[in-house]
Amino acid sequence: MIHKYTLNGYRIVLDTNSGAVHIFDEAPYEMLDYLEDSVPDEPPVALKEALADRWDQATFDEAYEELKELYRQGLLFSEDGYERFSDMMVKSPVKAMCLNVAHDCNLRCEYCFAAKGDFGCGRKLMPLEVGKKAIDFLIEHSAGRRNLEMDFFGGEPLMNWEVVKELVLYAREQEKLHDKNFRFTITTNGLLLTDDKIDFINKEMSNCVLSLDGRKEVNDRLRVRVDGTGCYDQIVPKYQKLVAQRGDKDYYARGTFTRYNLDFTKDVLHMADLGFDQVSVEPVVSDEKLDYSIKEQDLPRVFQEYETLANSILQRRKEGKGFNFFHFMIDLNQGPCAIKRLRGCGCGNEYVAVTPEGDIYPCHQFVGDEQWKMGSVLDGSFNLPMKERFAKANVYSKTDCKNCWAKFYCSGGCNANNWQYEGDILHSHGISCELEKKRLECAIMIQAAQAEME
Amino acid sequence: MKQIKTLNQANLKESAVKGGCGECQASCQSACKTSCTVANQKCEHADK
Repeated sequence: MIHKYTLNGYRIVLDTNSGAVHIFDEAPYEMLDYLEDSVPDEPPVALKEALADRWDQATFDEAYEELKELYRQGLLFSEDGYERFSDMMVKSPVKAMCLNVAHDCNLRCEYCFAAKGDFGCGRKLMPLEVGKKAIDFLIEHSAGRRNLEMDFFGGEPLMNWEVVKELVLYAREQEKLHDKNFRFTITTNGLLLTDDKIDFINKEMSNCVLSLDGRKEVNDRLRVRVDGTGCYDQIVPKYQKLVAQRGDKDYYARGTFTRYNLDFTKDVLHMADLGFDQVSVEPVVSDEKLDYSIKEQDLPRVFQEYETLANSILQRRKEGKGFNFFHFMIDLNQGPCAIKRLRGCGCGNEYVAVTPEGDIYPCHQFVGDEQWKMGSVLDGSFNLPMKERFAKANVYSKTDCKNCWAKFYCSGGCNANNWQYEGDILHSHGISCELEKKRLECAIMIQAAQAEME
Repeated sequence: MKQIKTLNQANLKESAVKGGCGECQASCQSACKTSCTVANQKCEHADK
């Protein structure tokens, strides 16, 4: 399987199964339209009839020989030989946990997937003992896996700050006893950040997600406090301080774009201008009936905006003012192995979420939907058949993915979104797929442009 | 090659041979966690 497209004057060809990416001249690019899944020794009759007069003989012959060479090297129309690995991680240990330390929030963002902070289950904070049990559960179920991840999430995790701090200290004790390495992350709206908290986060959290939607008027339209006022002025200086003191540790200034700001390139650039060099701005995922949701008819506009953004990023890099946009980051050489790419996040299998009550869900997006409750860290129950169900959700069991050129980059997408909007974890959420494919096209184009610059 | 330039040397098939150790980061696919692309992750295989 291949995917060919043109963007910014580049003719790009991705060979799905090898992961090879090529930039083509016009002749071989047009020849691909007459080749199905191989490059025969002799050009097919239809190809010759259609294209023989388009170029001189030497160009034609050279182009076809180069196609044959790629095919011979397994870098064009390569075979998909990975399905046999699809059961390889079914018995996987649990290695990552989203700890919902606060089902409460001091913002009331219009688009919040967590029902404005409480996940529809009432406002609660996680008691310390529940958090410790969650850490014990993760260690116990991690088997031989050394690197463990814990994301402090909410709601707003800073609303339960003392528990966050105690849990980090507890995990640091336990990791020594069990030969584990905890990596903590925290996702915050910034309102409660103080100098002490910034110091602790910068010392202990390997990644930190700072919520901000971009321009003040965009941010403050939907990211509002209980009294309806915006939060931009209060949070931006705090984020700038945190980032200035963070050194080379990871962080993201992370926003959401909606139908209200389809010109979101301006928001991304605004965040870069504020001094954030790691930026992520993502499409809202919500019921299409809602006013702010991205609708199918918006896709052409969003695609155009992603192209604008890609060009703006290239321009900034040329000017020496480069920054990373998370969804255009792609490592074509040293990325994860093919087996990892078969099932993406590993939710419900390698990754679970825990509520303030200690209930286990496949991930934070399933929290509050009782039918997906997997167990409890308090009594150690864990629904293994459900775990296996998620483990078997991979790019081969998802029918929409099996024949998709992008399957080894999104790895089947978000199971929770699939369930929420398509009614089945194995049925891909269409709009998310279209957006992901466009982002990939832009990300690969950026790689092509950078290779040319170098 | 003159008419085709290949951007990357990696081959997914080779990565499958030693792959599947699972030490890499979990890569949440939902937008709220900023991780929708698996391909930007690092391989953390101890003896790759």
